[in-house]
Amino acid sequence: MTYTPATYDELSCQELVELVTDYLEGAMPPELRLRFESHVGRCGGCRTYLEEMRQTISATGSLTVEAISPEAERALLEAFRGFHR
Amino acid sequence: MLIVSAIGLSPSVAASVTSRHVTVQRYARAMEAEEDRQLVAALRAGDEAAFKQLIDRYHASLVRVAQAYVPTRALAEDVAQETWLAVLEGLDRFEGRSSLKTWLFRILTNRAKTRGMRERRSLPFSAFDSDDAVDPDRFRGPDEPWPGHWSAPPRGFPEERLLAQETRGVIEDAIRRLPETQRTVITLRDVEGWSADEVCNALTLSETNQRVLLHRARSSVRAALERYLEDDTK
Repeated sequence: MTYTPATYDELSCQELVELVTDYLEGAMPPELRLRFESHVGRCGGCRTYLEEMRQTISATGSLTVEAISPEAERALLEAFRGFHR
Repeated sequence: MLIVSAIGLSPSVAASVTSRHVTVQRYARAMEAEEDRQLVAALRAGDEAAFKQLIDRYHASLVRVAQAYVPTRALAEDVAQETWLAVLEGLDRFEGRSSLKTWLFRILTNRAKTRGMRERRSLPFSAFDSDDAVDPDRFRGPDEPWPGHWSAPPRGFPEERLLAQETRGVIEDAIRRLPETQRTVITLRDVEGWSADEVCNALTLSETNQRVLLHRARSSVRAALERYLEDDTK
């Protein structure tokens, strides 16, 4: 049991996981934000879930962006030179 | 430090967390504007290294954004190429009222939309599949005590494995399997670090739709990580 029954009439965990992005984006009305935070404060499962989402975002941020292909770069630099001839 | 004083860092503004965030954004914008000004001057002077720097930084993103509007990768490459030419032609008209990046992507989006109309009728933003962030089986059913609460809660990610090369591969795979618009949004937001506003403008999305797409994408990536990391710790 990861949840304290006293808060049962608040958000369910299943509802909360759908609100995580709104929360992290700061796109939540203050009242909902309070309910969200009070749920997370009492629920170990949702606390772990929120942490996993943060870890997911930060790990995604460590990926490298694909580079321009050498052919495309050559063509564009050629065009650039043409502009300044 | 010149820049900080130029944008006015008053103590009252710096006091609250929200305003501090705004101040940091304004500082970043001032830095960006100065960088843009130098870059544009170099481009006008015919500095090839400056142009190379710009295409290295943005070409792949231009192609990625264009792909949200046109049906094939080849067309997206075309649109990106056209955009660079339009940028070179329009350099003298760049006034620095928006950032160079915003300007660049506005040109791209306009061109990609025109192309998209010619090449195919509907924009590909129909992919609002209503899949759940977490498998419903992991919550208590409606007839159980505490319906909607975890029956199989997440167990947490081992931090030390998150940055392993293999884990990155799992994330890349998960992103590759996403519906196209979700893939574009998460790549711009979380891999390339764009702001929500920048993504909304470039992809012509409402704030809400951008957030829904980001949510679906991040939830899928988290689920893929969980499957991979938890499977191994069994």
